[in-house]
Amino acid sequence: MTDAPALFPGSEIAADVLVVGGGLSGLTLACALAGAGVPVVCADRDLPAVPGTDAFDGRTTALALGSRRVLEGAGVWPYMAEAAEGGSIWDIRVADKNSPLFLHYDHQDVGLGAMGHVVDNATIRHALAERARALSAEAGGRLLHLAPVAVTALARDAGGATAELSDGRRVRARLVVGADGKDSFCRKHAGIGVTRLRYGQTALICNIGHEKPHHGIALEHFLPSGPFAVLPLCPVEGVPHRSSIVWSLRDDMLALYRDLPDAAFARELERRAGPWLGTIRPVTRRWSWPLGVMHAERYVDDRLALVGEAAHAMHPIAGQGLNMGLRDVAALAEAVVDARRLGLDPGGADVLARYQRWRRFDNVSLIAVTDALTRLFSNDIAPLRLARDLGMAAVHRLPPLKRLFMRHAMGMVGQLPRLIRGEPL
Amino acid sequence: MAAPQPDHAPRAGGTVDADEVARFSAIAAEWWDPRGKFRPLHGYNPVRLRYIRDAACRHFGRDPAAPEPLRGLSAVDIGCGGGLLTEPLSRLGAGILGIDAAERNVRVAEAHAAETGAPATYRACTAEDLVAEGRRFDLVLALEVVEHVADVPLFLGSLAALTAPGGMIAMATINRTPKAFALAIVGAEYVLRWLPRGTHDWRRFLRPSELAAGLRPHGFSVRGLTGVVYNPLTDTFSENPRDLGVNYMLWASRGP
Repeated sequence: MTDAPALFPGSEIAADVLVVGGGLSGLTLACALAGAGVPVVCADRDLPAVPGTDAFDGRTTALALGSRRVLEGAGVWPYMAEAAEGGSIWDIRVADKNSPLFLHYDHQDVGLGAMGHVVDNATIRHALAERARALSAEAGGRLLHLAPVAVTALARDAGGATAELSDGRRVRARLVVGADGKDSFCRKHAGIGVTRLRYGQTALICNIGHEKPHHGIALEHFLPSGPFAVLPLCPVEGVPHRSSIVWSLRDDMLALYRDLPDAAFARELERRAGPWLGTIRPVTRRWSWPLGVMHAERYVDDRLALVGEAAHAMHPIAGQGLNMGLRDVAALAEAVVDARRLGLDPGGADVLARYQRWRRFDNVSLIAVTDALTRLFSNDIAPLRLARDLGMAAVHRLPPLKRLFMRHAMGMVGQLPRLIRGEPL
Repeated sequence: MAAPQPDHAPRAGGTVDADEVARFSAIAAEWWDPRGKFRPLHGYNPVRLRYIRDAACRHFGRDPAAPEPLRGLSAVDIGCGGGLLTEPLSRLGAGILGIDAAERNVRVAEAHAAETGAPATYRACTAEDLVAEGRRFDLVLALEVVEHVADVPLFLGSLAALTAPGGMIAMATINRTPKAFALAIVGAEYVLRWLPRGTHDWRRFLRPSELAAGLRPHGFSVRGLTGVVYNPLTDTFSENPRDLGVNYMLWASRGP
């Protein structure tokens, strides 16, 4: 096993793990592993964006409790805690169009504090970069965060993998982790196929300022065109009450709302959010994301593992996409660290098999549930409407079932990796 | 504690036959292929490693989560085969010597360690050879060996003689029970064909009590004893202290 990654430019850098991609999943994995003493190189294509620049994007992420614990275990949370506490979800309200039946999730039902946190992606990126910097600066630092740099070629053999970087350096590692997103270079390199499904829907996303406080309430309103969600955010300068809107629209209806002037768009939002937030004004531009499910047929290949969106991307109806990515991170980090603490090869076939066994079933079942929910809720056929009204009322009246749903949405079901249980790696 | 001693005797006397090296590397690849013919051993290996690591950490007061928790300890792996146990333990910091009576196994293990850069050393010899040389180790390992030796009391005496003052012995073997006959012989050799027929002779299997009784005259007491069970549904091995019926592991040290 190798010591701290070598820092000589132009040389071959040796590490146990090379993480390709410095997004939420990739950099969290790199920080978790380095924090547990594993030498890691993270090849990140982007520099962290600076607020006020073109690269800065106002998107937000709803982090489930399990994800918070993973970020805590990776040492990232302290760098983002204040902003995240301001976006705590204490209460989730689910409503169906015109339906008097309300599904009301309260954190007291689960008894675990805040149910989740809505955080600006830029805040998470910044926290990750800070944590990575602190880990690299530590004596005997085990993390080398290279940015901006791309992997231009990858060669895998029985003992490990060698990657060529765009800056001319080379990295030799026991294991390569593809955390490089939906169009993963690593996935294509290994010839791993994907299954895709498009919903004919697009998510319209923006942040809003509103007159009244949100009280930590997340609203999910199921409309025939698709779900409409209002998620609480922390205040920022000039916006004391702030939330994030995720509005899924049929593709043919997208242009109608995307291109409205701000004032008219705000009125449309107010109609759908209801009166409890008071007057609304958009405080960011609108982004649109086509919705669909993508799932890799395998998560592993010789010396290679995929995490996050490189392995699975899904409809954000239950806000699960990035949370699934962090569960991948927790499982892979544990498999690698356990093997290393037994003196075993951290990129060996048994480590990869354990990771795939652990995560793939969980992800497939969540994708199936979400897919079924999408079809059920994005539909105006009368019997289906009745079924889901009754279904939601039934869930509401059966506390154990409701608790299971909630704990699932919070990432607390199944055989949990140590990081998700809030234990050290 | 006895200091780790290098054991790198250049057997080929400086003239290394390239064909020979290639041949042993090919066999090493076979030993070390987790999907190859030693697949069951690869599944079992993490369980054995964890047991040895945790027992040694308890005995020597180390933290199993620390990097190189066995650093500074000397160890001998008797019947090392392709080095599946020797090599990982060398990465955990132990100054370890793997020995095997079969020259071929030792060459295979050496070839693999050279490829991975693991600091393990190997020698083709028997436990009795090391006793005759007066060697002592903090950690004496005999996993899946005692069921193959011709003279069990002599072998246990050698293990004791090789153990440095304050050191420990760790062993793994198969129990002499009807269940072991069904699973380890009929199951592993005839049904699953994990092992060649005739690998094991049920009459040579030892009960835990027999091993404990064999170590006692040398001043050793058994400190830990656990079973290992195979789950065919998940294809995984795990420790089970309540099921000693087939595979079991134990560790022992001097004193009452």
